[in-house]
Amino acid sequence: MTYFIDRRPNAKHKSAVNRQRFLERYRKHIKRSVEEAVNRRSITDMERGEKISIPTKDISEPVFQHGPGGARNIVAPGNKEFLEGDKIRRPSGQGGGGGAEEGGASNQGEGNDEFAFTLSREEFLEFVFDGLELPHLQRKPLKSLEEIKMVRAGLARDGVPSRISITRSMREAYARRIAMRAPIKRALKEAQEALAAEERKDPVLRNPARVVELKAEIERLEKRIDAIPFIDTYDLRYHQLAAQPQPSSQAVMFCVMDVSGSMTQNHKDIAKRFFLLLYLFLEKHYEKVELVFVRHHTAAREVNEEEFFYSRETGGTIVSSALNLVNKIIEKRYPAGQWNLYVAQASDGDNWDDDSNICRDLLVKQLMPQLQYYAYVEITPHDHQSLWHEYEAVAAQFPERFAMRQIVDAGDIYPVFRELFKRRMSQER
Amino acid sequence: MSVNRKPIATGSDWNFSVLERFDEELARLADEYRLDTYPNQIEVITTEQMMDAYASVGMPVGYHHWSFGKQFLSVEQAYKRGQMGLAYELVINSNPCIAYLMEENTLMMQVLVIAHACYGHNSFFKGNYLFRTWTDAESIVDYLVFARKYIAQCEERHGVHAVEQLLDACHALQNYGVDRYKRPSPISAEEEAKRQDEREAYLQTQVNMLWRTIPEPPAGVAPLPGSLHSDDDPLGLHTGGRYPSEPQENLLYFIEKNAPLLAPWQREIVRIVRKLAQYFYPQRQTQVMNEGWACFWHYTLMNRLYDEGKVDEGLMLEFLQSHAAVINQPGFDSPYYSGLNPYALGFAIFMDIKRICDAPTAEDREWFPDIAGSPWRETLEFAMRNFKDESFIQQFLSPKVIRDLKLFLIVDDDQVEMLEVAAIHDDRGYKRIREALSSQYALSVREPNIQVVEAAIRGDRSLTLHHIQDSRRPLGRSVYPVIRHLQQLWGFPVHLVSMEDGKVTRRYHWPVEEESKGAG
Repeated sequence: MTYFIDRRPNAKHKSAVNRQRFLERYRKHIKRSVEEAVNRRSITDMERGEKISIPTKDISEPVFQHGPGGARNIVAPGNKEFLEGDKIRRPSGQGGGGGAEEGGASNQGEGNDEFAFTLSREEFLEFVFDGLELPHLQRKPLKSLEEIKMVRAGLARDGVPSRISITRSMREAYARRIAMRAPIKRALKEAQEALAAEERKDPVLRNPARVVELKAEIERLEKRIDAIPFIDTYDLRYHQLAAQPQPSSQAVMFCVMDVSGSMTQNHKDIAKRFFLLLYLFLEKHYEKVELVFVRHHTAAREVNEEEFFYSRETGGTIVSSALNLVNKIIEKRYPAGQWNLYVAQASDGDNWDDDSNICRDLLVKQLMPQLQYYAYVEITPHDHQSLWHEYEAVAAQFPERFAMRQIVDAGDIYPVFRELFKRRMSQER
Repeated sequence: MSVNRKPIATGSDWNFSVLERFDEELARLADEYRLDTYPNQIEVITTEQMMDAYASVGMPVGYHHWSFGKQFLSVEQAYKRGQMGLAYELVINSNPCIAYLMEENTLMMQVLVIAHACYGHNSFFKGNYLFRTWTDAESIVDYLVFARKYIAQCEERHGVHAVEQLLDACHALQNYGVDRYKRPSPISAEEEAKRQDEREAYLQTQVNMLWRTIPEPPAGVAPLPGSLHSDDDPLGLHTGGRYPSEPQENLLYFIEKNAPLLAPWQREIVRIVRKLAQYFYPQRQTQVMNEGWACFWHYTLMNRLYDEGKVDEGLMLEFLQSHAAVINQPGFDSPYYSGLNPYALGFAIFMDIKRICDAPTAEDREWFPDIAGSPWRETLEFAMRNFKDESFIQQFLSPKVIRDLKLFLIVDDDQVEMLEVAAIHDDRGYKRIREALSSQYALSVREPNIQVVEAAIRGDRSLTLHHIQDSRRPLGRSVYPVIRHLQQLWGFPVHLVSMEDGKVTRRYHWPVEEESKGAG
């Protein structure tokens, strides 16, 4: 006796929980691998998953086993030239000459020094941005309630076929069928009883006309019962959706990058990688965050994403041009009362001599009072110049909201990024 | 000779109605051969579902644990990079017998797999004495459901982490969770759940009895009213003297019943792991036989289908090719060598038994006087029912199979510089090779022999185990993590002593700081 069952439509990802448990348990190892990977791979490459290796000894499931040593017998197949009593040199390397494999215990993965597996892109980014957030994000008064979420709002009599509620529709149909049949059934039963009574009578007393009449009546009623539709448009019920405004925190991130001549190709590359990381982070965790890209040399320009990362133009350096532009854009498009404002700036620290004071004034007087957070990264292996020192003064005034870090080489990008956007409120696990 | 060939289907595509018709034919042939099977439940699944099934050791329902996730990741990795193919089938010892077929299999493969799993393995599960003794096909699925629910409840109540740690410790000892000499009682989910509360309370009183500080009455004094009679105290826990009075090889059972500090739910989880280990116990001991038997029958049944004209030449050629791959045995010096292939060995032995029955040679009459010339079907059935790998090889490995596989015996002694070839496939070597191969499959040789010898119930509550060492083979390095797990379960220090010929060769302790003291 055999039953065939097609299980293919069944739920996939039965092991998802176990997989998560595993990732959770080896969080530390995986994080380390992810950090290395982020520094190693070119940043445009963040879109794929990552191969992770964990030392096998760290994740082994120990059981009692025989160790190497002692005397043992091994039976092996495929003897070609050996005779009884032959001596063979012990094969070097792999344990006791294949004896280790005999136990059947050597599964794939075990026996190697590294346990390797692949994180999906989602899992990878999850680890990359784990524990990071935009600092000081506030719920600003909501003027434009544009964000709307559709929520289930009970059932309705009409709707689109795709939202039909089968259970409820069938329940309605069932109730209707019961209700509609009941009187007919009652009448039918009466008619049948009458017919039976008529037929039980002596043939002499029987009224043939009545019998015919009753039979016709029964037939008519049975037809009526059959005619009751199994399901009627009247029964249909649809899931209804209602639009619910969602409170949202509007936020905008200004990405300010120095593209002046003093920035070498390497510096620019590091800056771009920093912003790409930021971009990925915001894209993944804050769907509604707007991004404004500003490039500057002696003059600043608002550009689109494409141009920000790929265009090449150079010149001298006036940092305040960028800050002015940011300020203008804020005034025009992102009033501080309604928006959470963030600025991330990357530069090699080189600036026009008199300009650094202006930058400080601009920041202290105009920008900082409006901003939630200002992150500055200086990409230089050299000594700091005036801009850094002026910014230090700003940082002293706004220790919570102004952060500055130095990046020397590509390896610093991710650690610095993590430091700048570390989750603050709650204690790190 | 021409057969009137009316293949049920041709080509490599299949659908359910074709599979059903093939199954009917196979069932008819199996019936003709008197194969006794459970009803079959054949489930067609996708690749990913197959990897899921792998990860849960083939169990249709499993509790959650990170190690299954690890297993899944490693299978997925190997499969995606083409380092390994997935099994075409997975079969579960249950009633009805559940077999998983991959949707990607060709028609030939599906038919092969149905013959192999649904008639081969299935009849083995139903017939072999180890499975009959140790597993209960009726209730295993129910029990798994119960186990999963119970462990999920524990996670809710006591936290995922606590449960995970406990399971880690139990898994480390699960190969030591079987009583070899007692038939276990059948397990059923409904009953388990019903009895479980009862058991929790009862177990705790038992443990309390064991660990109470009031001195025991001296031997010979009538037991106190209300105290346990012998049925409740099978181990003689309360009669004084060394405890346990006999060494205990079932470590998990000992822990479950005696560990002083475990909470009732922890005991229940130990029990669940133990019960599942017991379920897998026969499979670990019958790999060669089980696969050999299944290969024998898929080979026989497929050939019958061909002889009757139910399959065409194309399908048959495809079958022969994959059959040859399955029973291929690379030599020891081949880069593909990874130990003896149980399919190859098992298939060779079963085929040879049939040959000995049908066409015995003088050598066979000398070696197998009782089966040479006997009806092959009965002899095969007898061999399948009453042996495990160890005894099966001891009994049925013929000189011809040894010659065919060119088996030879190497002695690897770490006190001698060279390996020695102790026997080859000749008259003087057959018996030695057979003996050595048989013990190679003996669980008692494959796994270190470790037993509980004493729990210091009146002293520091430490637990002492003996490792009975053989041929100077020491314990592997994993011994420390394992006794650490054991110590977690027991709650007090654990000592493990390696002994050979009554002499102590090595001591292990956990916690480790006792080492200096203990080694002296």
